[in-house]
Amino acid sequence: MIRTYALAAVLLMAGAAAQAGDLKTLKKINFDMPDDSAITFPAGPGEEAISGNCLACHSADHVMNQPPMDREHWHEVVEKMIKAYKAPITEEDAATIVDYLVRVKGKKE
Amino acid sequence: MRDSIEGISRRRLMAGAAILAAPAILPRRVFADEPVVDLHSPSGNSLRHISSAFPEKGPMIVHRTRPNWLEPRFEIFDKGVFTPNNQHYVSWHYQTFPTEVDPDKFTLAVRGHVEKPLTISMKDLLAMPRISLAAVSQCAGNSRLYFEPGVAGAPWANGSMANALWTGVPLRHVLDLAGIKPGAQVIRFAGADESPAEDTPRFMKSLSIDHARDGEVMLAFGINGEQLPLLNGFPLRLVVPGWVATYWIKALNDIEVLDQPDTNYWTVKGYRFPDVPDHTVAPGQTGYNLVSITKLFPRSFVTNLKDGDKVASGKPVYLRGIAFGGDCGVAKVELSLDGGQSWQAAKLGKDEGKYGFRRWESNLALPGTGAHAVSVRCTNSKGEAQPLKTTWNPQGYMRFNVETIKLTAA
Repeated sequence: MIRTYALAAVLLMAGAAAQAGDLKTLKKINFDMPDDSAITFPAGPGEEAISGNCLACHSADHVMNQPPMDREHWHEVVEKMIKAYKAPITEEDAATIVDYLVRVKGKKE
Repeated sequence: MRDSIEGISRRRLMAGAAILAAPAILPRRVFADEPVVDLHSPSGNSLRHISSAFPEKGPMIVHRTRPNWLEPRFEIFDKGVFTPNNQHYVSWHYQTFPTEVDPDKFTLAVRGHVEKPLTISMKDLLAMPRISLAAVSQCAGNSRLYFEPGVAGAPWANGSMANALWTGVPLRHVLDLAGIKPGAQVIRFAGADESPAEDTPRFMKSLSIDHARDGEVMLAFGINGEQLPLLNGFPLRLVVPGWVATYWIKALNDIEVLDQPDTNYWTVKGYRFPDVPDHTVAPGQTGYNLVSITKLFPRSFVTNLKDGDKVASGKPVYLRGIAFGGDCGVAKVELSLDGGQSWQAAKLGKDEGKYGFRRWESNLALPGTGAHAVSVRCTNSKGEAQPLKTTWNPQGYMRFNVETIKLTAA
C-alpha cells in the first residue's frame, strides 16, 4: 500500500516532467576524448619507470593531484595497483616508482 | 613545466576562483589557455585546471584527465536544485567505454539465474513502462580533498554530486520479464567500461533482489529530459535512489542474477569504510572492521557565499544553499553561529522529491562586526543529522559532517 502510494507520487512527478516522459528515441553519438599525451610526469630519476608502467591505465595528473604522502602510503598505493588492479609492474620498477613518488609527491616531515 | 607557467600568465580570471602561480609540481597542461582554480585543500594539493574540452560538458575542474574525474565549480549549485547535464560531475574507473555509440545497436543482457534470459534493445526499453524521479548521485569520495591528513583517491572538492530528474524503466519490470528463479541471491550489474588489462577486475556492483525490485531502482535513459551525456553513462545507467553513486553503473549492458554471493573485487573489497560511529577513525587507528558503503548520508551546503567572504554588518545576511537527506527526505536545515551549541531553522524550498536536493534560505543576523563561523546542518526525515565531528577515514569516503564557512562582517 505504502509502495503503491510512493509509486503514484513518482508517476505524478513523471507527469510534471512531460519532457522527460516524451523521450522517444535516442540519438547516436560519436565523440573524441581529449588527448592527454601532453600531460607528463616531471623529469628526474624514475620518470621512465612511472611513465612506462602507469600511463597505460591513467594520465599523469591522477598522480600529481594526490595529496603529498609519506613512503609508507605511496608504497600502499603502488601495491594496490599491482595486487588489486593487477598492473603488470616488476618488483624492481615498483621500488623505483615508490622512490620517484616520495621524491616528487612526498610528505614534508 | 615551463609551458604551464607561461600558460598561466595568459589564462582568464575565473569568478570566485583564486588564481595562483602554478607550483613546480603541477603537470603540464593538456590544453591551451586553461584557467587554474585553487580548491583550498588543507593538505596542499589544491590547484586544478578547468577545462571545457570534454564532450557535452561545460567548464569542469579536472582531477584526472583519463579515466575522467571531472567536477563543476561549486558556484553552479547556487543556480537551482537540478544540476545542468553539462555540469554533472564525471567519474570513471576505466577509460575503456566506447565513445561512439549507436543506440539502435545497443543491447542489455539479463541473464544468469532466470527463467528466460533476455537481450533487450533500446527500442524495447523505450517502449516499456517508465518512471521519473529526482535523485542525488554522489560519489563515495566526494569532499575527499578536505580530509586532513590527506588520503589517496579521487581528490574531489565538494562537487562530485549532482541532482537530476532521471527517467527510465523500473528495474523490477525487466527482472519480472526474465523471471528470477527460486534460490537467486543477488543481482550484479556491469557496463561497457571493460577491464583495461586482462586480469584487472571488471567494475561491477550488486544489489539484493528486494532492493532491485523496489520499483524505484531504475534503468535510466533520460536525465532532465535529455538522453544521458556519454560521460554520465550513455545510453543507459542504473539509478539507485538514496544510495551512493558507485552502484549507479554507467553504460549498463549486463544484468546477472546470481544464485550465490557476489565475490567480485569491487563488491567484496572496494568501496568499504570503517564500521564505526560516523565512519570516522583517527589516523593510524586499527582494530575496526570495514563495511560496504551503501546509502547516502544527509549533507548541506551554503551556495551563495563562500568561506572567507565579506558581508555588510548591521543587517541580516541572506544565506542560501542546498541540502539532501540521503536515503530519505530533508526534515530540517539549521544554522549555527556558535559552533553547534545553538541552532536556528532555515526556511526550506519546494520539495522536488525526497531523494533530490532541497533549497534552503535564511536571513541570518550576525552578532556584530568581525569574523563569524556559520555552520549548516541537515537533519533527514529519519531523524539522522550531520555530525559536528569532522569525518575522517583512511579511504576518504563519505564526508558528511556539518560544514562551516567563515564570514567577515564589516
